[in-house]
Amino acid sequence: MRHIISILLENEPGALSRVVGLFSQRNFNIETLNVAPTEDPSLSRLTVTTIGDDRVIEQITKHLNKLIDVVKLVDLTEGNHIERELMLVKVKALGAARDEVKRTVDIFRAQIVDVTPSLYTVQITGDAGKLDAFLQAMAPVGILEVARTGVSGIARGDKVLSL
Amino acid sequence: MELLSGADMIARFLQDEGIEYIYGYPGGAALHIYDALFRQDKVKHILVRHEQAATHAADGYARASGKPGCVLVTSGPGATNAVTGIATAYMDSIPMVVLCGQVASHLIGEDAFQETDIVGVTRPIVKHSFSIRHPSEIPEVLKKAFYLAATGRPGPVVVDIPKDMTAPTERYEYIYPKKVKMRSYNPVTRGHTGQIKKAVEMILKAKRPVFYTGGGVVTGKASEGLTDLVKQLGYPITTTLMGIGAYPQSDRQCLGWLGMHGSYESNMAMHHADLIIAIGARFDDRVTNSTSKFCPTAKIIHVDVDPSSISKTVRADVPIVGPASSVINEMISLVQGHKIAHPEALTEWWEKIDGWRADREGKLYEPSKVGEALKPQEVIEALCRVTRGEAYVTTDVGQHQMFAAQYYKFDKPNRLITSGGLGTMGFGFPAAMGIKQNYPDDDVVCVTGEGSFQMMMQELSTCKQYGVGVKIVNLNNASLGMVRQWQDLNYKSRHAHSYMESLPDFHMLIEAYGFTAITVNTLDELEPALERAFADKHELVFLDVKVDPFEHVYPMQVPLGAMRDMLLSKTERT
Repeated sequence: MRHIISILLENEPGALSRVVGLFSQRNFNIETLNVAPTEDPSLSRLTVTTIGDDRVIEQITKHLNKLIDVVKLVDLTEGNHIERELMLVKVKALGAARDEVKRTVDIFRAQIVDVTPSLYTVQITGDAGKLDAFLQAMAPVGILEVARTGVSGIARGDKVLSL
Repeated sequence: MELLSGADMIARFLQDEGIEYIYGYPGGAALHIYDALFRQDKVKHILVRHEQAATHAADGYARASGKPGCVLVTSGPGATNAVTGIATAYMDSIPMVVLCGQVASHLIGEDAFQETDIVGVTRPIVKHSFSIRHPSEIPEVLKKAFYLAATGRPGPVVVDIPKDMTAPTERYEYIYPKKVKMRSYNPVTRGHTGQIKKAVEMILKAKRPVFYTGGGVVTGKASEGLTDLVKQLGYPITTTLMGIGAYPQSDRQCLGWLGMHGSYESNMAMHHADLIIAIGARFDDRVTNSTSKFCPTAKIIHVDVDPSSISKTVRADVPIVGPASSVINEMISLVQGHKIAHPEALTEWWEKIDGWRADREGKLYEPSKVGEALKPQEVIEALCRVTRGEAYVTTDVGQHQMFAAQYYKFDKPNRLITSGGLGTMGFGFPAAMGIKQNYPDDDVVCVTGEGSFQMMMQELSTCKQYGVGVKIVNLNNASLGMVRQWQDLNYKSRHAHSYMESLPDFHMLIEAYGFTAITVNTLDELEPALERAFADKHELVFLDVKVDPFEHVYPMQVPLGAMRDMLLSKTERT
């Protein structure tokens, strides 16, 4: 099953490589990875999506917790949560397709953030499924470039991941 | 306020931390530190002949004493040579701090002379690592390094020190940090009381219980408590290779050790048990054999300080995260005043176990006959007699390692010093050296083979320099015995590169360093040679014992089988 694990990590050089290294060393897999500093500059928040059965996920969280640089973590998929991913896509926009792209962008509640005579750059946020669906819809028109951030997530309700 | 250079801070910190010996080898990036060590006399530096030996020596000391070992090497090849020793310590959870010189900060990343990203190289084999980014950080980082190495589940810690961080011209305030605080590291100090209660209830109700304890009891200094608990209950106990000696092996309740080359009765008892009480052991593949066939009728209680060890390979029914010592003590207090629920079942269980014991009694190996080559097992038994079972025994890796563990009877923890997890050939001799320097009045013997010994024999020179009186028992079968055994069993005796051609004349080799060598060919020469070797505690003596090259280590678990599936000799199996 797919899990989203969010980690508060010491914002230190080498900390990220320990996390990434752990996954390859122990033969765990990383689907997406997203990392940036938090409001506390000494901490980074790292979100990783991974796939595994309960036994594997248990080992992943235990080994992550063992890393000295990992301060705290939560498996968001254990409870209700919000997951979002941001994607920027360059799609061909010529002739009749220009309107067609615009309509699809509206349907997906995406935004066109840059325009040239031949293409649109579209910004879209949502869960991974929505982004995949958008790419599928755009495929006949012609996708030129895709930049996805990987999943970021947060728990719904009063639960807070902080120190 | 005291101003010190980074290099002087390191020397001073080691003094303040109470480090007596540091093992190492100098080189460009570490020279400021070496100069600082030269200008003091509290911390003694031992110059090895290869950095791998420095790590093994520090590791041996750490295993024998329970305190962290300390290593100092230079950048690049100095650090990469230490890698095998760091991995060895990591796999067996041994506390060790390795200080590595590094090229100056402004050169990092430029492929400078003797530059290696040693933090990157060692990342998967350390508990943690640090890079010094400012000289003023040194005292705090070193304190953290020693704290991390020695607490929780111990392990090696690497500290990377760019040369400019130790420059004599840059001086900063030095204060020895008495305490460490790390928000992301809080090792557990005790187990969950509810879980411990649940475990004790199961323990008291068990009909066919077995204690299965490992290195965690030794490193967790919980041997006394364990012995109390097991004796109070009257239950059988088997240990892992790493846990040998945590419970006295000469006691009737001890079944020996378990796993691939463990005792018949240990493996049989495990297979038929209804409750396994695992403490400080990690269900390693050399113990469990096939996990799908592992102990089919047993419930499992698993106590470990490292949560990731629990349910890693075998699912625990009652997991308890906590240090062996405090969990065991809590168990003792809960057991006290309670009787076991099924004493008659326990009696029956012991009858069964004693039956397994009797099955193999006197059949473990066939002693040599007059005129035949010595059996390696005989050598270890004689060694145990001559040293009254009290020596520190280090081993290398292979058949001799298994024989040493099988036939030397250890009644104390920290006495069998062996590379269990990584299986590092070359470990034994430098480890013995590290122990002997710290315990000069004890017998320290390295049981080795001619294959392993040749991997680290340059350390004879170190022993000569510092007058280290270790004893070396070389079980010389002129072949890589364990490899050969596997080739006999699995490759129709095609001995691909397991034969050691062109062996040196060990007698002459040892004498070239000014030490005594004794060659032993027959059984009647054996004990006198051992007596002679151990007569003077401070003299290095090398025994080159010619043993039967055709001998195999038995029992041996059958691959992909259950615990009870064993070869018992070349012709018998369970």
